[in-house]
Amino acid sequence: MSRFTNALMGSLFGAGALLGSTAASFGADTIKVAFIDPLSGPFAATGTSGLAHYRYAAEELVNKTGGVLGGTKFEIVPFDNKISAKESLIQLKVAIDQGIRFIAQGNSSGVANAITDAVKKHNRRNPDQRVLFLNYSAVDPALTNAKCNFWHFRFDANADIKMDALTDVMATDTGIKKVYLIGQDYSFGKAVAAAAVRFLGEKRPDIEIVGNELHPIGKVKDFTPYARKIVSSGADAMITGNWGSDMVGLGKAVIGAGFKNPIYTYYAASDGITKTFGKDGEGKLKLVMEGQLNPPVSDRAAAYTKGFKAQYPDFDIGQPRIANVMEMLAKAINKAGSATDMVKVASALEGMEHDSIWGSKITMRPQDHQAIQNVHIMAHTANDVTFDFDNSGFGLKVESTVEMAAADSATSCNMKRP
Amino acid sequence: MSLFIVNILDGFVTGLLLFMLCSGLTLIFSMMGVLNFAHASFYMLGAYFGYQISTIVGFWPGLLLAPILVGVIGAAIERYGLRRVHKFGHVPELIFTFGLALLIEEVVQFFWGKSQMAFEAPDVLNFSAFSIAGNAFPAYKVFMIFVAMGVFLVLLYILTKTRVGMIIQAALSYPETVQNLGHNVPLIFMGVFGVGTAMAGIAGVMAGPVLGTFPGMAVVLGSIVFVTIVIGGLGSLWGALFASLLIGWLQTFAASYNVKMADILMAFGLNQPVDMTTSMLRDLWSLTLPQIGPILPYLLMVFVLAFRPQGLFGKRET
Repeated sequence: MSRFTNALMGSLFGAGALLGSTAASFGADTIKVAFIDPLSGPFAATGTSGLAHYRYAAEELVNKTGGVLGGTKFEIVPFDNKISAKESLIQLKVAIDQGIRFIAQGNSSGVANAITDAVKKHNRRNPDQRVLFLNYSAVDPALTNAKCNFWHFRFDANADIKMDALTDVMATDTGIKKVYLIGQDYSFGKAVAAAAVRFLGEKRPDIEIVGNELHPIGKVKDFTPYARKIVSSGADAMITGNWGSDMVGLGKAVIGAGFKNPIYTYYAASDGITKTFGKDGEGKLKLVMEGQLNPPVSDRAAAYTKGFKAQYPDFDIGQPRIANVMEMLAKAINKAGSATDMVKVASALEGMEHDSIWGSKITMRPQDHQAIQNVHIMAHTANDVTFDFDNSGFGLKVESTVEMAAADSATSCNMKRP
Repeated sequence: MSLFIVNILDGFVTGLLLFMLCSGLTLIFSMMGVLNFAHASFYMLGAYFGYQISTIVGFWPGLLLAPILVGVIGAAIERYGLRRVHKFGHVPELIFTFGLALLIEEVVQFFWGKSQMAFEAPDVLNFSAFSIAGNAFPAYKVFMIFVAMGVFLVLLYILTKTRVGMIIQAALSYPETVQNLGHNVPLIFMGVFGVGTAMAGIAGVMAGPVLGTFPGMAVVLGSIVFVTIVIGGLGSLWGALFASLLIGWLQTFAASYNVKMADILMAFGLNQPVDMTTSMLRDLWSLTLPQIGPILPYLLMVFVLAFRPQGLFGKRET
């Protein structure tokens, strides 16, 4: 697409947004958010669930409360990136050509790295048509450290923050003397293991790491031998960043092998996983995550969750942070008084303090655009679970909370502002 | 030592599960000359059917009905698909089964979605039979051992002691002669294909609750099945059993012991480079046995093909 058409689309959209404030009733004048995530292929389940989150959040939290800028509504426009970085860049281009200025993406840090670079480049070359990158799920620490830029905002706690919070809680448990680390053999699995070694070493030097290993990702058909090693090591707890079938396989094998101690995970919930573990996971599986569902923090949160289930009975609120993305974006646009001047919107988002529907305070840290929020350790259980996952009766209940986790953590980000 | 015993048992279970897949495949392969790429997909179908039936009438009817259903589908595919393609030679047959594998995976995702299925072992078997030094051995795995052994004995009996078995064995070596003697060889082919896929179905129902029921389960197991029958020797039931157990133990032990390449190299008198980040051979030095475990069966296959092309128990060349 030539620069001329880019500019044309941009000015058309700008005109549309201007009109939007006066003539919202026409319906066509919406603020569009491009949702670029896998909607087909092996990770489609996560992508379609995320899209449902966004649509519901935009409708309930923004459009039904009067929209932004005096009545303009949000609209979510889905783009399927098949979880490929290359495909994502094409879809990003298409979205920008359609005049969309807000890009939401979350699945895979590899994709997020590609998008953040592309957005940075685009914004440098097209100062009159800049876009914002709302990263709601990609947790690679680099995105808010070495690779940070002014247009990227991360709403999830990154892998280091999660590990920081998790080890804060583990450090208080004097019963834990030995910990086993196991993960998938790729960048994220390695990052989790490195962070665990670092934080445990700082907070509880007496804890012995009795195992630290990586297994081939998606290729292990039977995790029993790994489970035997974990049980035999005498570990009092294990930590894993595994997701998908690797999480289920590992968890089932370890529990089957007679492991009685906590299994700390990042992603052992929803998309069939909660239902598959069922009562076997009770008292063992723990998750480190933002966004408290159980017990509900307020009537508003309960009504929101119930409404989502009514509209999408097959999905769960597995990514509560998406509600924060929509609310904070709406707030930033209102504060900036514009949905097209990205410098103003980004500046409004930078350093924003927000009271989340999930009960936490959220600060968008100005130095690296990392959301600082309460991070919880949740237990997989059927007791006191108001909102279950996978319609299984089992869900996640908050056991302990680290308030504003890692608020003072260091960042290597050297933010260049326009 | 206790870990060693546990690993022997785990490897035994893995091996027997592999055997249930391989025994059917090796019969099909040797009889029809078809490498059935879709064999592991029938295993997946077995798991999904087993899950679906178990949600309605419980696990036990599922264990019985799902393999029958898979076998009937397998026989129908042979009768109305493979037999037509058979005329054009082996390459179209290969492509046919390859396409079938992709098709089954898509169909499964269409009906059951992409998420994990909550396929549970029956409650009566949901306890640990015994434990060795803290390592529990689930009763379900003991049950798996008995089912697999039972299947092996029944199959062995049919193949060696019954008239049907004799005809099958004869058809394996001299299909034309058997046909000339008035036996219906296409019917035998269909029967063998049906029974072979039904056995994959049994393996699927058995494995579903332990190894997980998800759309990628066929791919994870697919290639290792071929390796096993090549090592064991085509058409040999004993060979399939032996190779399955060998690979079961090989993989279990490789994943269990953190033998480091660095230790082996140093035992040979080599010195580890001080600065690993700049060393050309840093990948070699940092290798561990669990990391190379998954390729060991393939390595074994290469050696078998090089030194004993007919496989360990086979009678004819691959």
